[in-house]
Amino acid sequence: MEKILVAMSGGVDSSLTAALLKEQGYHLIGVTMDVWKALDPEEEARQGGCCTLGAVEDARQTAFDLGMPYYVMNLRDTFQETVIRYFIDEYTQGRTPNPCIMCNKVVKFDILVEKAKQLGCSHVATGHYARIEYENGRYVLKKARDTHKDQTYVLYGLTQDQLAHVLFPLGGYLKEEVRKMSFERGLISADRPDSQEICFVTDNDYKGFLKREVPDELKLGPIYDMQGNRLGTHEGIALYTIGQRKGLGITSDTPLYVAELRSTDNAVIVGKKEEIFSKGLIAEKVNWIAIEDLTKPTEVTVKVRYKSLEVLAMIEPHAEGVLVTFKEEQRAVTPGQAVVFYDGDSVVGGGTITKVVK
Amino acid sequence: MGVYLDYAASTPLDHRVFLVMEKYYRDVFANPSSIHGYGREARQGIDVARRQVASLIGSQRREIVFTGGGTEANNLAIRGLVKANSGRHLITSVIEHPSVLEVFNELEREGYRVSYLPVNREGKISLEDLEREISDDTVLISIMMANNEVGVIQPVREIVRLAHSHGVLFHTDAIQAVGQMAIDVKDLGVDSMTLSAHKIYGPKGVGALYVKAGVQIHPLLVGGSQERKRRAGTENVPGIVGFGQAAELAKEELDERIAHYTYLRDRLIKGVLRGSEGKLTGSMDRLPNNAHFVFEGLDGEMLLMLLDNEGLAVSGGSACGAGTVLISPVLTAMGYNEEAGIRVSIGMPTTKEEIDQAIEIICSIVNKG
Repeated sequence: MEKILVAMSGGVDSSLTAALLKEQGYHLIGVTMDVWKALDPEEEARQGGCCTLGAVEDARQTAFDLGMPYYVMNLRDTFQETVIRYFIDEYTQGRTPNPCIMCNKVVKFDILVEKAKQLGCSHVATGHYARIEYENGRYVLKKARDTHKDQTYVLYGLTQDQLAHVLFPLGGYLKEEVRKMSFERGLISADRPDSQEICFVTDNDYKGFLKREVPDELKLGPIYDMQGNRLGTHEGIALYTIGQRKGLGITSDTPLYVAELRSTDNAVIVGKKEEIFSKGLIAEKVNWIAIEDLTKPTEVTVKVRYKSLEVLAMIEPHAEGVLVTFKEEQRAVTPGQAVVFYDGDSVVGGGTITKVVK
Repeated sequence: MGVYLDYAASTPLDHRVFLVMEKYYRDVFANPSSIHGYGREARQGIDVARRQVASLIGSQRREIVFTGGGTEANNLAIRGLVKANSGRHLITSVIEHPSVLEVFNELEREGYRVSYLPVNREGKISLEDLEREISDDTVLISIMMANNEVGVIQPVREIVRLAHSHGVLFHTDAIQAVGQMAIDVKDLGVDSMTLSAHKIYGPKGVGALYVKAGVQIHPLLVGGSQERKRRAGTENVPGIVGFGQAAELAKEELDERIAHYTYLRDRLIKGVLRGSEGKLTGSMDRLPNNAHFVFEGLDGEMLLMLLDNEGLAVSGGSACGAGTVLISPVLTAMGYNEEAGIRVSIGMPTTKEEIDQAIEIICSIVNKG
């Protein structure tokens, strides 16, 4: 029988993933990635004893209940050098990072797949909401049946080789079904609340995180309007996001929004509502999934942030990557975030937004 | 079935020990401080155990303080000696167990000055280094008798002489060493020494601190007047009785155990070195049940998981924390950086067949690497 490595966070999704695979008769090895000091008791106490160390205990208990060997893998150095470094660098460069995408690309589905191979496992399974289907000679990433939970946006960076070695057993279920099945199986994590978005920012306060971790990289600077008039002072561009209105500390007759974070002169540029809309964008570091390469202009739907709706756009090859032209102008397109292209349920590909086309 | 070769982490309870303890769980339940006959019977159990433990290390009975384990005994020794004696400078080594090292780290945060002695490639501290660190303000030196990862034995008798010639107190954590080598506290001259029951086929949650008569020590736990006011709290009678029995057996069978460990350990070392590219770490002046290997170019965490999947239970160093394998500070101190390390430790139940099986599993996995 095939052996599968299950990435277990201690949450309801990954626990049910393990339970379902066990029922199908696979040999399983459970692994929790120790990526951040959130697993230290001191940090847990600082965070008000919320969840992380407890989650490991739940993962260990679930693995034991299912009769599978279980390990905590120390990936702190890798995580620090890749995901956290990237997270901090992007913010201090005036971009808004998506650490989950980076983690999926270089930690979860790269290092973990490699470790799985060494342990004699054919696949890595996770509790992500997405589906993988093999069509016309390619592994295609498809949206989950539960469209509210769909996580394809953070998985667009997976290569064909990675997709060939990954399983998402929950892709065909609704979240409520997952909860129900977990309760039916008596899984210890059945009523654990859904995890927060960024695992190492345990209090959901990324600004506080940056202030703690890199206080020296936050420098006061000017706030300008589109005409270059100085309107006020900001506390470091890393602490602002495109489209933000509140907390700028400036007064004006018309509402003003953050339109640009300029690292070259450490400036925050604000504009009126209509000034933060854009016609398109340029994406780099593009990964194609459903197609081998983009050769001609193609109509797709795109998502420019995790929780935004898909909108119609044309994508075409561009010297720096891909040029995306929206059918209707979009608000607050944010450099650093991912743009993901869809054709119906299938992920065509995606990349990192580097420029906004006004 | 699996092969367990992690006796340095913990040993199974000897059945002869269990039988003695059973009575103290079933029948002799009273509080040993009570004046009635029930209490006196429980008290008698502790008295016998104290004599047995004292006899194992050549101490007087009243020099033994029972504690809730080795960690507590180390904490009591270091904090208790520092508090009861004057001096703001302390000396220890970088390879101590966390139950020693963390106490020193904390004392450092509280304002004491602490010197951490390095070790050489063999895993030994140097007496010259030690002497250089001693100052007029030094109050305590704490050096382990044998290391928990590589099993290397430190020159405790010489260290004690040096310490005493400067009027400095000396504590040793002998948790790993007890039951594996003859230890006589009078001969060594140590001022205090930590022991643990579950490393010598006794129960978990029981330890002891030897404190030389006349040495001032401050208690960690205050309350009742148990253990001559050195450790308050109703005694864990079944555990202490079990510790006593385990100590008596360890004394009786010491030569036999050393011979058994040494024979199997040497067979293991020969087999692993012949069948793989692995290297033995640390001096051969080490505990008879300990072998520790490093393998270049391998990932230590992965190696342990692969061995576990083949049913071989060994350690990567120390078995603490949330189950995470972190780089061993002991190996780092000895100058190993990239290598994957495994500690194989032998016990009384270990057989020749198990050793041969372990050699085969280790070699087949590291050679695939």
